[in-house]
Amino acid sequence: MAPSQDRSQGRTGGIVSGGEVAPATVTGNRALQIEEPLIFELGQPGRTGVDLPEPPKVKDRLNGLRRSGEIGLPGLSEPQVVQHYTRLSQKNYAIDMGVYPLGSCTMKHNPRLNEKVARFAGIGDLHPLQPVSTVQGALELIDRLAHWLKTLTGMPAVAMSPAAGAHGEMCGMMAIAAALEAKGERAQRRTVLAPESAHGTNPATAAALGFTVKPIPANERGRVDLAALKAALGPDVAAIMLTNPNTCGLFESEIIEISKAVHAAGAYFYCDGANFNAIVGRVRPGDLGVDCMHINLHKTFSTPHGGGGPGAGPVVLSAALAPYAPYPWIVKNGDAWTVAEDGAKVDGQPLGRLKAFHGQMGMFTRALSYIMSHGADGLKQAAEDAVLSANYVMASLKDVMTPAFEGPCMHEALFDDSFLKDTGVSTLDFAKAMIDEGYHPMTMYFPLVVHGAMLIEPTESQAKEDLDLFITALRALAEKAKSGTAAEEFKAAPRYAPRRRLDETLAARKPVLRWRPSNSFKQAAE
Amino acid sequence: MRYLPLTDADRREMLAVVGAKSVDELFRDVPQSARLGAKVAGLPDHLGELEVERAFLDLAAKNVSPSQAPFFIGAGAYRHHVPASVDYMIQRGEFLTSYTPYQPEITQGTLQYLFEFQTQVTLLTGMEVANASMYDGSTGAAEAVLMANRVTRRHKALISGGLHPQYRRIIETTAKWEGYSAVVGKTDVEGLEDLIASIDKETSCVVVQNPSFFGHVRDFGKLADACHEAGALLIVVVTEVVSLGLLKPPGEMGADIVVCEGQSIGNGLGFGGPYVGLFATKEKYMRQMPGRLVGETVDADGKRGFVLTLSTREQHIRREKATSNICTNAGLCALAFTVHLTLLGEAGLKRLAELNHAKASELADRIETVPGVKLVNQSFFNEFTVRLPKPAAPVVEALAAKRILAGVPVSRLLPEDPSVENLLLLAATETATEAGMAPLIAGLKEVL
Amino acid sequence: MSVKYSNEHEWIRVEGDVGTVGISAYAQEQLGDVVFVDVPQTGRKIAKGESVAVVESVKAASDIYSPASGEVIEANGELANTPGDVNADPMGKGWFFKVKLSNPGDLDGLMDQAAYDAFVKSLS
Repeated sequence: MAPSQDRSQGRTGGIVSGGEVAPATVTGNRALQIEEPLIFELGQPGRTGVDLPEPPKVKDRLNGLRRSGEIGLPGLSEPQVVQHYTRLSQKNYAIDMGVYPLGSCTMKHNPRLNEKVARFAGIGDLHPLQPVSTVQGALELIDRLAHWLKTLTGMPAVAMSPAAGAHGEMCGMMAIAAALEAKGERAQRRTVLAPESAHGTNPATAAALGFTVKPIPANERGRVDLAALKAALGPDVAAIMLTNPNTCGLFESEIIEISKAVHAAGAYFYCDGANFNAIVGRVRPGDLGVDCMHINLHKTFSTPHGGGGPGAGPVVLSAALAPYAPYPWIVKNGDAWTVAEDGAKVDGQPLGRLKAFHGQMGMFTRALSYIMSHGADGLKQAAEDAVLSANYVMASLKDVMTPAFEGPCMHEALFDDSFLKDTGVSTLDFAKAMIDEGYHPMTMYFPLVVHGAMLIEPTESQAKEDLDLFITALRALAEKAKSGTAAEEFKAAPRYAPRRRLDETLAARKPVLRWRPSNSFKQAAE
Repeated sequence: MRYLPLTDADRREMLAVVGAKSVDELFRDVPQSARLGAKVAGLPDHLGELEVERAFLDLAAKNVSPSQAPFFIGAGAYRHHVPASVDYMIQRGEFLTSYTPYQPEITQGTLQYLFEFQTQVTLLTGMEVANASMYDGSTGAAEAVLMANRVTRRHKALISGGLHPQYRRIIETTAKWEGYSAVVGKTDVEGLEDLIASIDKETSCVVVQNPSFFGHVRDFGKLADACHEAGALLIVVVTEVVSLGLLKPPGEMGADIVVCEGQSIGNGLGFGGPYVGLFATKEKYMRQMPGRLVGETVDADGKRGFVLTLSTREQHIRREKATSNICTNAGLCALAFTVHLTLLGEAGLKRLAELNHAKASELADRIETVPGVKLVNQSFFNEFTVRLPKPAAPVVEALAAKRILAGVPVSRLLPEDPSVENLLLLAATETATEAGMAPLIAGLKEVL
Repeated sequence: MSVKYSNEHEWIRVEGDVGTVGISAYAQEQLGDVVFVDVPQTGRKIAKGESVAVVESVKAASDIYSPASGEVIEANGELANTPGDVNADPMGKGWFFKVKLSNPGDLDGLMDQAAYDAFVKSLS
């Protein structure tokens, strides 16, 4: 197989051709690493992985719309299906393998107890529209989690239905829009302030709701410039969207002054709760003046990331915003639980509905199991261990890599690429070299305010020995990069992963988003 | 504590390296007034596994599981049998505990199954291109409307009276706060609605559901033509994805965007979530699609591989100008869907769909033997509407007290419409049995 | 027929009352491999400074602001097949659209080649 042409001309997005080639195998496999075809290339007509009874003959009542022709789905037997997905799984890095230091993602251990209880009959198999008298335990479960979330955050109310963090942001910002409308100020307050370091979902959410996003600069300490913020506040401002600790891993020390200024200007304070793991059990966002905060159950509360989802993003709300929480509301009526659905009379003016049914129950169950397992004492300890681990990593690397800001961090350590200056090695190259060392890279190029950002979040789940090995590897890579003679080596990484660097330019210029019988891949590569 | 590996000795050593006397020093930026000092008050301490399990078993005991009762509930979530292998595959740690495939070299497992998933979705729906899943069908439908608004540069969506009421409410909520208008048709109990006359030059899209919320199966070919003539898009929503094993797919009717709730395949009922949204469209609208997309490419050794692509549409790059604020997809639920569908294959899915229709046909015939009960539908897949001689909600409650889960009273989802008070929605999947139908029929006769 | 530049790195080459617009060599280098260009529709009336096109690379998407007002009379359809033209020949084959100028005065604030080169130098 000939290595492909280097189309990059030194630019990002292209690929560098490989170095020496290991001896080929007949199958193309390399021991446990199997070259796995697509199911469409494996399937055969006449094969099936299920045994279903012969359907009785009935008269069609399909309005003459019976599907004709082949759908085109491949047939595989159960052994083949199990082998296919098992082999695919072996190409993935995962938390279960070791340090997964993605900053702002909180890749902590996903306890299997959570999986077990989520599958109990009577919990995992309930239909959301069963009569409420038959699901009292499920409603109680949701309420228990809601109670924990409210108590941990010091907030009086919580909207449970958003399906993910970004969905929660949408919920919180809609609640703010609803509150403004109730006061007759929606038309006047069209600006939302957000730091330049904000996660992309923040401005995307605000813009979708018709707000104009104005950036607030940071000071040299990496925190919101309070004076600039005060200058930007005015009768046209609806809200500020802040992350705390912020995306640089730093606690906003002036947060109380910030929330006071925001409220004095008649605006609301949205807090992005992505980094709650740094303070859970030790600090309550309600005490900081927050009006609403989404909580990523898949970050702070360990529900599994599952390759990108599902998540859950319940939103805790202040007394000012609580009336606007979307339907459904889980409400206690004397001794019994009930679900207040669209149009039901509640003690508020719900902003509407954001999702069908009640919310991500599977994630509620897992999060509650995690929370009960940790308890108030364990949660506090987890936050402290997370912060200690990040500072340990920072302290152990700061002489060979370049921290972006001085002083201690919270649960994540932020470096910039100054230490790579004039080495020919970029943040991207450094990250790819980490792969060969057996680690998933840290978050790269985020937050945008730091050049070549590297954001490392070890979480509380790593043993010290594992952190030490991780630190040793990074130190060695940093030294190697700084030697100035290793750029080629870094650019050729990763070498040992199931795939070398992939041509993302080709993928974007000639998008092939599905398999076709004619093997469109060959045509796309022209 | 079983999940926290650091010992006190570890912590002391680490603090020494950090140069702090205690971990409190690391929290020095927290304002004095917000320092709790101790753990949060009013919450219990940690529990062992046994105690946690017991607590959840106690909660489970207060619920009636569908496996313990005759069960006929649908209305947007359907009880199907999921083969045993599916759960074992999704529980593999490499799938369960992996993350979004931003580093494709070490996430080819995820990327390849998503590429296969995308392909399966196009085949099921008869469309050209599909994304790597949405949170669920309901939020997917709202995103489809936003996409139609972008593509047509118009702001008025026309919503069928046959769309799931909760889906409709989500679109209305999005319309209200995001600044466009949603015009809703009259509740379409009989399945005869004609929306063509309501389309005009300002319509961005028409949103219909097939089978409809009330179960009717319809052909939207003429509606598609009318939409296209007016420069609008046709969005077809499918809440029971198994129906695509038996019914003409929306792609063959001229749909521009198809949104499905994929829960029926691979994912249990789960009390409402997490589910998985399928989203498919025509190739010419590819760049306007929300959500993640997986594309094929090659690596530096020329080997085929997969990557997330066209991501410049997304929030982390476009920020304010993104196609959507979405960050996650349904991940593991999409994996469950694709594993189950792969086990089914062509023959299995078709047979499963036939079984569903046969069961529902059987139930429909038997239900009309109950005096006073009238079947509303002439067509259906595995769910239909019946008109009872009295309000349906109390009837369902009475049957629940007898541990019979007898469908959904339409009034629960349309409380503001008095004309639906006597309507009951009943679903019968391949899991319905004689042992379930007999008590339902007997129970209805008794209660009515 | 000299080329003028905006400080957002668009160029315009005017012939008679028609200007051809593209992005500069510096801009394409900053972007990296261009994968897609969203060009404005023919017939569209555009204003100076208005965001009229989007150029996407693998890592970024940038808005293109028109350096002049007028009506779009032609858009470069070839870019749909070969977006790489923007990288390979940004001043020639990589053109985005042609605009019939409604106000020649719009060109007054733009930089000539020397001024633009100095501007780019000041950025590094």
